[in-house]
Amino acid sequence: MDKSLKWRFLLLVVVVAVSGFYLIPSFVKLPSWWEATFPSEKISLGLDLQGGMHLMLEVETEKALSNTIDRMVSDLNDLLFNERIPVDKIERAGSDKLTLELLNTSYQDKLNKLLKDRFPNLDKLRYDEKEGIALYTLGLRTDDKEYLKRFAVDQGLETIRNRIDEFGVSEPTIQKQGNDRILIQLPGIKDFKRALDLIGKTALLEFKVVNDEYDVNKALAGEMPADSEVLYSKRENRETGETTRQPFLVKKSTALTGEHLQTARVSFDQFNEPYVAIGFDTLGAKLFERITRENVKRRLAIILDNNVYSAPVIRERIAGGRASIEGRFTTEEARDLAIVLRAGSLPAPVKILEQRIVGPSLGQDSIRQGIQSCLIGGAAVFIFMAIYYLLSGLIATAALFLNIVIILAALAAFGASLTLPGIAGIVLTIGMAVDANVLIFERIREELRAGKTPRASVEAGYSRAMSAILDSNITTIISALFLFQFGTGPIKGFAVTLTIGLTASLFTAVVCTRIVYDYFLSRRRIKKLSI
Amino acid sequence: MELFKPTINIDFIGKIKWALLFSLALMVLSGLSLLVKGGPRYGLDFEGGTLVQVKFSADVDIGAVRDAVSSLNIEDVSVQEFGEKGAHEFIIGMKKTTEGLEGLSDKVRETMQNRFGADSFEIRRVEMVGPKVGADLRKKGVLAILFSLVGMLIYIWWRFELRFGVGAVLCLFHDVTITVGALSVFNKPIDLIIIASLLTIIGYSINDTIVVCDRIRENLKKMSHKSLPEIINVSINQTFSRTILTNLTVVMVLFSLYFLGGEVIHDFAFSLLVGCFFGTYSTVYIAGPLVIYWEKVFPAKRRR
Repeated sequence: MDKSLKWRFLLLVVVVAVSGFYLIPSFVKLPSWWEATFPSEKISLGLDLQGGMHLMLEVETEKALSNTIDRMVSDLNDLLFNERIPVDKIERAGSDKLTLELLNTSYQDKLNKLLKDRFPNLDKLRYDEKEGIALYTLGLRTDDKEYLKRFAVDQGLETIRNRIDEFGVSEPTIQKQGNDRILIQLPGIKDFKRALDLIGKTALLEFKVVNDEYDVNKALAGEMPADSEVLYSKRENRETGETTRQPFLVKKSTALTGEHLQTARVSFDQFNEPYVAIGFDTLGAKLFERITRENVKRRLAIILDNNVYSAPVIRERIAGGRASIEGRFTTEEARDLAIVLRAGSLPAPVKILEQRIVGPSLGQDSIRQGIQSCLIGGAAVFIFMAIYYLLSGLIATAALFLNIVIILAALAAFGASLTLPGIAGIVLTIGMAVDANVLIFERIREELRAGKTPRASVEAGYSRAMSAILDSNITTIISALFLFQFGTGPIKGFAVTLTIGLTASLFTAVVCTRIVYDYFLSRRRIKKLSI
Repeated sequence: MELFKPTINIDFIGKIKWALLFSLALMVLSGLSLLVKGGPRYGLDFEGGTLVQVKFSADVDIGAVRDAVSSLNIEDVSVQEFGEKGAHEFIIGMKKTTEGLEGLSDKVRETMQNRFGADSFEIRRVEMVGPKVGADLRKKGVLAILFSLVGMLIYIWWRFELRFGVGAVLCLFHDVTITVGALSVFNKPIDLIIIASLLTIIGYSINDTIVVCDRIRENLKKMSHKSLPEIINVSINQTFSRTILTNLTVVMVLFSLYFLGGEVIHDFAFSLLVGCFFGTYSTVYIAGPLVIYWEKVFPAKRRR
């Protein structure tokens, strides 16, 4: 054996060994000492093969701004009332502005100073004076707006991650996409609706005092007290599926929010009905104590995302910061509510932009069909090559087999997932990778016909076909790379397997098959090639 | 074994006019089909909408499913049988999408439960693509195709000469147009996986063209006494058996995918089959002639 052949043979052995090494965990159950020391990554299946849910959410960042403005309006109201500045109509305008009327312009300096000191991130956008009344338009600064928006997305992502972690999904993907999108992939989950409820709920927990001094029905008829609003309690009858709505007249101002929540867990009452027991942090406990003290005999509505869960009567002052949320839950619902409350609320609501769900049985079918078409397609090519090129054809098919092994091993090594289009990519690779061998063999036949010896023909065949092989593989890989760049989800899997397969074919179809020829041609005097 | 005799000498260049006419006719036909049908039919990925795939455990009449769905009062609903006969599987397609947590698919599920009983069916797949994502994906699809066409042109330009590059890219344009036309004629929707197939056609079809161009370049050096059309004809003949053979192996695996790969892969394989067929045809009949025409309009100053 000449030296270069030795090295090439060694390379082949190394590639086969490394590929085998990465592939073993996907097919064989290995002892734990192996898994502890060597790579134990299995080939991961894409959502379309494994089943699961893909979600693209958009965070309504504008809503985060308007929430901030709403909070500022309420703070301003309190502050200016306490400072006795005669103002009126403090209102939000659009999502990022607020307006207020100063009734006596002589307070202008005081107001300006207060605004500057206490609300440094509000810019004075407009100022009009009319008949002794000053009309202010204040807005958030651009960089503050950007910060709030970014915070809403980042915080939302973190919150969703916590919820999913607690829900218990193995290997979820939760990523920020672009400015305001969140991509979520939950492989293998089966209860899609429950997961969706858990992820998408804003989960804004609020406590508001019920306004019992007015009649709810009168308020609904139009006589709404200025400081109150009507919220509903929606209940679903589990037997009939009917929903009933009960209106509650509550004070607009929020007494306490879930922000001060520290714990939330499922408990059972004496009738074995589940409820969620919550506990506040120190500040929350103080606030809660004050509210309950000031509102004894009144009802306190517990509201989640504008839905009144319950409105128990406050019998006495409650110290210690403990409360419970009842709502005729199933145990599962109570558990999910506790998870959501613990993880905190989303700073801004989310919308679903894209949702793809694949049930597990469909994934199984796809795997079966993928493997079937791979086997039949592969067999057809193998048989054709063997008939058409005889022993040389067999060498080429052996190279194809090695190619598939390398693709699978690369998937396992890089942690890329195998998808249905990915399988199609492998099948297509079988058809395309053989092209290199066809090019070489046709060339060798041409050289043989021209009267060259087998050895010279092989030599010429490989070297002359090389540039065409390189070109043709590179162009397909260029396309696949653009597909990878612009494609999404399972389609990326196609680009991945095709690219790996074609790259590997440069090794398997060109280098490996050549080793076989060189070995036999150098050891024996072969008069006739089986081609 | 040999499919083609080594002495094969078909006069490809002599039939330039017929070939160009045939191609032109096909491209016009493709354009007409697209025109009549108001552009390509976009699939869910690009159009946006909701799709629910339901599999029943027993035989269910499609009319009953339609009836159940129509009780939802959603506009633009379609119900189609899906998969093999006897699979009791249906696709319910809706143009509408929802952004809220309570999606359309839940409503479909509820209606089915009320009508057929909770245990009689299984929701196997739900896809909801909102209009924003649809527009995004459409843009990405177009960009991917444009970029890879430009990528091909640059690569071939770099490796060969402009006259080959322009010819090859025109061939690609020809192959892709006819494939999109065929998809339109057979009413197949264009979605992400079809874009993947078009890109593969672009990458693969150029592959054949390159092999021929490579041979033309080699023969230009060897056979300097012959005219360009002659050289091109000889080159096409020399590579003919290889062109047919490699496409044959690809067509074999594509048929396997077409018949066995399942519903999702079905259209993908169809598109590739059409693309491969016309890719082979254009390699043989179109790529060479285009070089000749290019040479007539912009004669090369020196022959390499």
